[in-house]
Amino acid sequence: MRDARSGGLRRWVNALLLVPCIAALAVPLYNFDEPRIFGIPFFYAWQLAWIWLGAGFTWVVYVVGWKDRDR
Amino acid sequence: MSASADTVAVVVFLALFLLISSLGFFATRWKKADLGLLEEWGLGGRRFGALLTWFLLGGDLYTAYTFIALPALMYAAGGAGFFAVPYSIVVFPIVFAFFPKLWSVCSRNGYVTAADLVAGLFRNRALALMIALTGIVATMPYLSLQLVGLEAIFAGLGLHASVNVLGHEMQLPLLVAFLVMAGFTYNSGIRAPAVIAIVKDILVYTTLIAAIVIIPAKLGGYAAVFDAVPTEKRVIPPAPPGSLGPQFAYATLALGGALGLFLYPHALTGLLASSGPDAIRRNAVFMPIYAFALALLLLLGFMALAAGVSDMPQFADGFARFGNLYAVPALFNHMFPGWFVGVAFAAIAIGALVPGAIMSIAAANLFTRNVYRAYLRPNCSQAHETWVAKIVSLMVKVGALGFVTFFPETSVVQLQLIGGIWMCQTLPAVMMGLYLKWLNPIALLAGWAAGVGVGTAMAAATGFKDSVYTLRIFDFEMPCYSAVSALVLNISISVGLSLLLPATARAEPAGQREAAA
Repeated sequence: MRDARSGGLRRWVNALLLVPCIAALAVPLYNFDEPRIFGIPFFYAWQLAWIWLGAGFTWVVYVVGWKDRDR
Repeated sequence: MSASADTVAVVVFLALFLLISSLGFFATRWKKADLGLLEEWGLGGRRFGALLTWFLLGGDLYTAYTFIALPALMYAAGGAGFFAVPYSIVVFPIVFAFFPKLWSVCSRNGYVTAADLVAGLFRNRALALMIALTGIVATMPYLSLQLVGLEAIFAGLGLHASVNVLGHEMQLPLLVAFLVMAGFTYNSGIRAPAVIAIVKDILVYTTLIAAIVIIPAKLGGYAAVFDAVPTEKRVIPPAPPGSLGPQFAYATLALGGALGLFLYPHALTGLLASSGPDAIRRNAVFMPIYAFALALLLLLGFMALAAGVSDMPQFADGFARFGNLYAVPALFNHMFPGWFVGVAFAAIAIGALVPGAIMSIAAANLFTRNVYRAYLRPNCSQAHETWVAKIVSLMVKVGALGFVTFFPETSVVQLQLIGGIWMCQTLPAVMMGLYLKWLNPIALLAGWAAGVGVGTAMAAATGFKDSVYTLRIFDFEMPCYSAVSALVLNISISVGLSLLLPATARAEPAGQREAAA
């Protein structure tokens, strides 16, 4: 029932859900002790940060693509 | 009770524990409905809004055993034990993308379990039965582990009292906690853990915030905490030549855990109890708050290491009995004043009751719907069906209690490991079946059997000690979470055989195939 443009945008926005998954699973990207962030090794700091960034990406997908639409 | 018990801690603990768990009995009065219906007793009438679902799922997924065992893993294995964090990062986008549709199909057709869904999608009783049995078998050891978590807490409080049952010691505090949980589950169904989860979270977050502020301050800051971890354990070791190395194992553990989590009956029950797709999507956005709490909790393992609790004589008994599982109870005992130890331990112990209740409800739903009604009494009334579910939820808990009493704890942990591998093997039938009409139930059954068989064989090859099995392709090594490698085989067979077998006319319940988007 929706026009093609909004359908296309929604499909494109959903792809954002992949970003946190890749950031979390690509271990060689972040498997380092240094640099430390507030004393926390990069390995832990990266993953802690991506919990919030992942929620952020999911939130963007929700607001742009799914809010106020039941299905 | 032994003389070493801190009386203040014990009194605070008991007061909070009894006060909060008694809320479960009053939960029948809330969102009042006919509890003689399985959809009401077992799923709260699918009316839990986004916020309530958030509390319920948080209490359901982050269990007492999680609180005790994951920091213990960090304590023993270092950074490699942190995989629960990428697992939590991956799982919520998956929930967002795929589970609203699952809710819609289940709600429209009155499905209460994953096996109901599979039975409806494929009209194949054997496949549905295997999905149901996988869920029940995987849930049992998980429920037992909650009781192991409780035991570690009671030991941390110095509560020792046991009776001799058939030559085995049964812990009395555990028996009391068990009776409380059994009582409110029987009485109120899923409403009980939902109410308790709200109050429990206040205690959990208070404990965590205190722990992550006070303990590092006493230990000289976060840098000092991490410096106490041996350098080679601080990050994941590099890969040896000719191997993808432990980093690959870490990624597959995270991915496999994320794929399997919401296939578990207790997690799915929590999702199905929500009020709809929008509540599920909003939860996928806000559940990471729990994931962050979990990550901080994992770091307690390093704090226990930095504090050196395992060398302190007063904790020697606990470590001798529970091994590394005693790290967090010992750390709290060492760092907090008595009254706060009581608060912290009450938070963890009540953290066992919420998932324990939901797990027993979920297993009871599966048995009642997909074994009892499907095979034994197809024409039973709804009230009779719910009565059976209540009785089964009690039997499941008695089984779990018997399990921790009569079997060594290591066998419970090993069964949980196999359960995780098995649970993942229901993914093709449940999740792919929801989207791909052309999958053949015989092919799915073959894929499931191959996945379960090979997964179990891989776990057996490690002596049921390690969930990671190293695959060798010529001279190249791939250490991979067995659930994931078995799932790859399972999916290949399910899809491959479906393409080869003649297409079967697939029944489609009314309205089920409406476009999801």
